[in-house]
Amino acid sequence: MEAVAKKKYAAKDYKSDLKPIWCPGCGDYTVLNSITRALAELALPPEQVAVVSGIGCSSRIPAYTSVYGFHGVHGRALPVATGLKLARPDLTVLVTGGDGDGFSIGGNHFLHACRRNVDLTYIVMDNQVYGMTKGQASPTTAPDWEGSKLTPEGTGINPFQPLVVGLASGANFIARVSSSDPINMAKIIVEAIRHPGFSLVQVLSPCVTFRPEQAEWRDIVRTAVVDYTDDAARAARRLMTDDGFNVGKVLFKGSRPPFRPEFENSNGSVAELEARFAL
Amino acid sequence: MTAKSVSLVIAGSGGAGVVTAGSLLLDAAAKAGWYALMSRSSGPQIRGGEAAAMLRFATGPVMSHDDSFHLLMAIDWDNITRFSAEIPLTGNSLIVGDPAHGEAPAGLLKNSPRQAALAMTDIAGKIENGRPNMVALGAIAALIGLPAGAMQAVVEDNLKRKGQAAIEASMTAFHAGVAAAADLPAIPKLPAVAADSGPRWSITGNEATGLGVIRGGVRFVAAYPITPATEVLEWLAPSLAKVGGMLVQAEDELASINQIIGASYGGVPAMTATSGPGLSLMIESLGLAVAAEVPLVVVDVMRVGPSTGIATKSEQSDLNIAVYGLHGDAPHIVVAANSVSDCLFTTQWAVHLAEAMQVPALVLTDQAMGQARAIVPKPAELAFIGQRLTATAAVEGERYKRYAMTGSGVSPMAIPGMPGLTHTADGLEHNEFGTPSSQASDHHAQMDKRSRKLTQFNYGDHWADIEDSEVGAGDTAIITWGSSTGPAREALDRYSAAGGKARLISVRLIAPVQPEKMAAALQGMRRVLVVEQSHSGQFYRMLRAFYDLPVETRSLHQGGPLAFGPGQILEQLTAWSA
Repeated sequence: MEAVAKKKYAAKDYKSDLKPIWCPGCGDYTVLNSITRALAELALPPEQVAVVSGIGCSSRIPAYTSVYGFHGVHGRALPVATGLKLARPDLTVLVTGGDGDGFSIGGNHFLHACRRNVDLTYIVMDNQVYGMTKGQASPTTAPDWEGSKLTPEGTGINPFQPLVVGLASGANFIARVSSSDPINMAKIIVEAIRHPGFSLVQVLSPCVTFRPEQAEWRDIVRTAVVDYTDDAARAARRLMTDDGFNVGKVLFKGSRPPFRPEFENSNGSVAELEARFAL
Repeated sequence: MTAKSVSLVIAGSGGAGVVTAGSLLLDAAAKAGWYALMSRSSGPQIRGGEAAAMLRFATGPVMSHDDSFHLLMAIDWDNITRFSAEIPLTGNSLIVGDPAHGEAPAGLLKNSPRQAALAMTDIAGKIENGRPNMVALGAIAALIGLPAGAMQAVVEDNLKRKGQAAIEASMTAFHAGVAAAADLPAIPKLPAVAADSGPRWSITGNEATGLGVIRGGVRFVAAYPITPATEVLEWLAPSLAKVGGMLVQAEDELASINQIIGASYGGVPAMTATSGPGLSLMIESLGLAVAAEVPLVVVDVMRVGPSTGIATKSEQSDLNIAVYGLHGDAPHIVVAANSVSDCLFTTQWAVHLAEAMQVPALVLTDQAMGQARAIVPKPAELAFIGQRLTATAAVEGERYKRYAMTGSGVSPMAIPGMPGLTHTADGLEHNEFGTPSSQASDHHAQMDKRSRKLTQFNYGDHWADIEDSEVGAGDTAIITWGSSTGPAREALDRYSAAGGKARLISVRLIAPVQPEKMAAALQGMRRVLVVEQSHSGQFYRMLRAFYDLPVETRSLHQGGPLAFGPGQILEQLTAWSA
């Protein structure tokens, strides 16, 4: 095959000129940067990429990119992306969103997206709070957080463990990164996109407005000491004992083939279908 | 004694083979050149429980069930009284039961139907592998004049795989039933039909619905099972695969509606089918499809509501949610099929409308037509194919406007993969580019555009089926929709045959409303009878809200699952003209 010089892209080629609605200092700015950097690294033509989201601060990302975007309703980004990718396997489909959108209202879709293993990359900006509605506890909020008027005594409920649940549900690629390290985040997003099947990337992305104490995350996070495993049992043990701040590395890579319905014969005609009704 | 049509019910407990027997009978009637309609009624049990197959045979197309049944063939009596309201019998009706199962329950005997015994169990017991339901079929065939040769051919087709012994056992039992029928009182017989009664199909409403969307161009379907819509999806799964499409089973209805939004955004025409509870879950995302202008089709095979209601039985009570269920001002299409074979036309048309206007289209069918099988004249070939106005190549130096203002309101849609036309489709209110906007001017402009798409579209004559008495329309109109159309058609026929004049308007395009077309159809009409199967008269109220109706307008409405008999509607017409 004749070698074709691949067009070079820069991160800015994937950004729209729309100014984000995010607060200054929000972790999501660097996530946007890392996504566009990753797309440039992969040299994907913008029209071959789609970013799908639901509702929330981080779900605003599609409009801030220059690829095809779809900004749907709360909690339903994964099914939209599933339909899009299955109908258009030629596209690279990313899903972006937050912990409330993905693990609370969209929780069922999260389980089944992991299980179904369609070739998607799901980037969840986890800030342990509902930001867009001005600071309520999310599924990943600690039980004793008293910062919300809705749950002034704290939720009293243990937080959801997205990576453990994702692994148990069948996600084919699991990583945790910090928004304080955009270069490494971009590298991991590249890997996630390249890895076949459902890739889950949890980004610790602080909410400076409603969880100002998360500014400390920058200092708490540490680069995970061990490299990824392809053994789900080992990955599970590691995730179950981890405090949530081991970042910067892929934790699990599976080898399950992505879901893609296959058909024996697709050359039939509508007339053949009709013939079955004729007497 | 010959008749234009014969109506009968086969009833029994689960495992008695009632629905199988009904299907064999229908197929045999098809071979004999007859037309037929078979409806199912069953209880809530997963397997077993009570079941009834209600059949009407005729020498011409069957539009509706009759007011009563000529024959009730009871394989046994288990729980049969649960159906008694659905099996109207008269003094001329004949109940045939098996003495092995005792006497007919009193609940069936209110109108003193004739009764006779057929020892199905005993007769079948004397035949190796003989089954009572085949004995019953033999008796029915003899009673209604169905040639045994037709049944022979059908049994051979159906039992080919089970081998010659199974075919012989069935036919021996069948012929034993034919012989035993000599001792039974007579019911009307249907005359034999000339060999060529034109090309006919045997199809269910749910199959016709599936075929309609494939004909319209749908190639992606997301599915979550729900009674009584599941057969649409089960028919589509292998059928789509044959024509290069795909069906994906979703985790819930929220997922199925959003999967089809994703697929359609990707350029592949998409649909799903559900029933009331599923439609309720999909409503928020239907609004998304309105705002983001994503074409798609959702079929609601209606059942008795609210809530879980009566999952296995029919009602026309999802009209309100289909028309008004979306929050905000959300113009969308609602169409309704009015017969088993019209499920094909209406769903195909719905795909065409959805694609042409980049809007979600809801199709209302119901359990009665969805799960009914009919022998119908071969449906017409239709040219409707969903065609979406897509964007052409990007213009240098010009940013693509996904939601550009156009005269028709329809904006050329860019499909992912098209270079230079990237944009974000959004459920947030937006400007022409798709950029989120909270400005009143953008909201008003986009609402005007979304509404204009629907008001400026040319729906042609398909908005309603309009039929007049042969001698003219007179000054009385019946306005109806969906499954109530069948009995209304037959009521009109009977009224006309008795010298009456009336017009039937069966509304297919429920929303957007068509006041000018309705005004033209009601020209000269002094009286209107509105017929629908809903407890609160949803359709009547909608007509009142949007159309100018004559002062003398009456509403004939009843909740499901009882279907109107033609006689009920005829009675209203006759009483009015008296």
